[in-house]
Amino acid sequence: MSQKSKVKHLGKLKGFSIQFLPFSEIKDLDSDERIKKILNIVLGNNILIQQGKLKAEEEARLIGDTMAMIDHIKGFQGVELAVIDNGGNDGIWGKFKKNIANTIIGGNLGAITIIGPATIVKEIKRNPKKIELLLNR
Amino acid sequence: MVIKVVKNFFSRIFSGMFRGNRELRLGFYGPPNAGKTSLANRVCKDFTGEEIGTVSKIPHETRNVQFKEKVEIDYKGKKLMFKMIDTPGIATKIDYEEFLKYKVKKKDAKKRAKEATQGVIEAIKWLDDMDMVVIVLDATENPYNQVNITIIGNLVARKIPILIVANKADLGKADVKKIESAFPEYDVVGISAKTGKNMEEFYESVFKISKKI
Repeated sequence: MSQKSKVKHLGKLKGFSIQFLPFSEIKDLDSDERIKKILNIVLGNNILIQQGKLKAEEEARLIGDTMAMIDHIKGFQGVELAVIDNGGNDGIWGKFKKNIANTIIGGNLGAITIIGPATIVKEIKRNPKKIELLLNR
Repeated sequence: MVIKVVKNFFSRIFSGMFRGNRELRLGFYGPPNAGKTSLANRVCKDFTGEEIGTVSKIPHETRNVQFKEKVEIDYKGKKLMFKMIDTPGIATKIDYEEFLKYKVKKKDAKKRAKEATQGVIEAIKWLDDMDMVVIVLDATENPYNQVNITIIGNLVARKIPILIVANKADLGKADVKKIESAFPEYDVVGISAKTGKNMEEFYESVFKISKKI
C-alpha cells in the first residue's frame, strides 16, 4: 500500500484532547471527589492519562458511576479503561518494599491509568508488554 | 504481626466451626458473554436438575442477579451446600447499537442497554455479599482486560477466595495457558460449560477454594 493511500485510510478523527493528571491533583481528594474529577474530564471528550492508580474499590465505583451516567447523559456510552502497573513480578520482598513506598507517598506512582470516553476510544488493547489505544473515527 | 496471625488463626477455626451446614454464597462474576450463566446452569442442573437462567449469544442476557438456593455439590463423597449467585456481566461501556447487530429492534435494544447498566451496578453492589467467587473468563478472548483486573482487585481487597475459570476451552481459539499466565497467583481451570469438559476438575477446585473461607 502506498503512503498516500495509507493516509487516506486514516480518515478524520473526531475532536478530542489528551489530558494529563498528576497524582498530586487527586492525592488529597476523597474517593467521591476523585471519581467526580475523573468523570468530569472524560465527559469533556478528553482522554485522561493519570499518574498513579485508583484503589480497587474506587475503580469499581468508577464503573458503577459510569453506568449510572450512561442512563442520564445523552450520547454517553461509557468509558474505556486500562491501568498499566509494573507490579506483576516483584516477588514478596519487592512487593513489601513497594507497599511501604506507596504508603509513604500515598499512592502507587509507578502506575498509569488511561481512561477515555467510549465514543472516542474504541478499545484499549493490552498485553503484558504493550498497550494500544484504538480510536473511533 | 504476631497478634494478627493468631487472630487470623482463631477466626478461621471459629468460622469453620460455625459454618456448619450454612449455605456458602458462591458468586459467578466476569465480563459479558463469558459463560457465567452457562456454567451456573450446568452446576445447578448437575445437582438440582434445574437451571438458574437463560443464555443467549446476545451480550448482557443476564441483567439481574439470579439465585439458586440449596445447591448441594456432591463430589467424591464430599458435600457442600451452596447458594448460587449468577451476576450480570461487568462492563465499562454499553452501547445499544451493539445489540442491533443481533437483529434486536431499536426499542428493545435501548431497553436492554438501560437494564444492562443497572445490572452492572447491581453486580458491583453484590461483591460484598459473597463467600467465594468464580470468575468466568472467555478463553478465546484477551484476558488482559481492566474489568477482570478490577473484579479480582475488589475480591482480594475483601479477602474473598477466588477461582478463575477459563470457559469455552472446547473452542479451537481458546488459550487457557494465556489466562494462567495473566493470573499466575490464582487457580485457573479450563472448562467448557457448554460441553461439560473438565467439570470434575472444576468441582475439585471449588472444594479446594472453599477451604480458604
